[in-house]
Amino acid sequence: MTEVSPRQIQTQLEQAVAEGRMVAQATLLRGPGRAGTRMLVWPSGQQTGSLGHPELDRRVVADALEMMKRPRAESREYSEFDARVFVEVFPPPPHLVIFGGVHIAIPLTTFAKTLGYRVTIADPRRKFANRERFPHADEIIPEWPQKAVERIEIGPTTYIVILTHDPKIDEPALKAVLGKGAGYVGAIGSRKTHAERFERMAKHGIDPAQLAEVYAPIGLDLGAETPEEIALAIMAEIVAVRHGASAGFMRDKNPRPVAFDSGSGG
Amino acid sequence: MRDVLEAIQKWRKEGKRVALATVVKAEGSAPRREGARLAISEDGEMAGSVSGGCVETDVMYQALDVLKSGEPRLLRYAITDDMVWEVGLACGGTIEVWVEPLPEASAEPEFPQEEKP
Repeated sequence: MTEVSPRQIQTQLEQAVAEGRMVAQATLLRGPGRAGTRMLVWPSGQQTGSLGHPELDRRVVADALEMMKRPRAESREYSEFDARVFVEVFPPPPHLVIFGGVHIAIPLTTFAKTLGYRVTIADPRRKFANRERFPHADEIIPEWPQKAVERIEIGPTTYIVILTHDPKIDEPALKAVLGKGAGYVGAIGSRKTHAERFERMAKHGIDPAQLAEVYAPIGLDLGAETPEEIALAIMAEIVAVRHGASAGFMRDKNPRPVAFDSGSGG
Repeated sequence: MRDVLEAIQKWRKEGKRVALATVVKAEGSAPRREGARLAISEDGEMAGSVSGGCVETDVMYQALDVLKSGEPRLLRYAITDDMVWEVGLACGGTIEVWVEPLPEASAEPEFPQEEKP
């Protein structure tokens, strides 16, 4: 393969990360080549650069591809090569899709951007879905849900929130996104509202098992009252679902006597 | 990485050299995990973090050395009784931090791109 400079590798890495394209980087911490040598691995299995040994490269490419299935970072030992390699997968950022450019959606967009999510607002009402209200959103789609979803790629790292309180928008939105493999679907509304919605939609042939997966009423139980607090409760729920966490009080997890708890804090 | 990219690109525009510190191994209750990053400019400015704030200053001085020598290095921080009040980790645990001088990135691609969407 052709020689690739560290500068070219750095440029390709930064472009991929900035554009949200999946890439893995392998850094030689110890091994056959010069410490600090880097190689990029793309989802296609192509590599950019080399760690200095073709067989080691092959092994690392295979491991990086495997790691892309569950993106993470780790140091790996390759004893046959007396090598230690740090491999890190840079996945595309998580995507928050908000149906309904309502008041709650404004602080929700702020929280999601701080946490590194890409944010899309979809609402057919241009009074709600516009740049003045959402200067911080990545994308605004002023369309009905059926039309909007055509422009949204849904997968395990897509988190969908439905906020309009208006069945004319909420129900088509639910119908359009359910069963597409999203990481999370939550819908605003009381237990009663959701039960009625559930019944109506089941009558229209929506699979009740899919409806049962919807987080409704939405959000963690934070006692939220203001739109900002409700947005926080929704965002916290999404983070917990994303990490498969129980979302309880940390204090109540693995309780232990305070007197012996010398290493806490930070 | 994404969280420190903006700072890195800003420092480069100002003509500063940049070092990057990356947690490559975290054990026990270390506050930040593998992949956590701290970027350091040649003026000692910092962005991001590799711990809860307890080792960043030391990493920064090491990074300035790395920029001088041009050679990357691996740092290891572990909590010990006599280190608690020095550079020990407030959350306990052990971390290994890789510190490397960052090559400049070109503003425009000067080679064929792979994996364009």
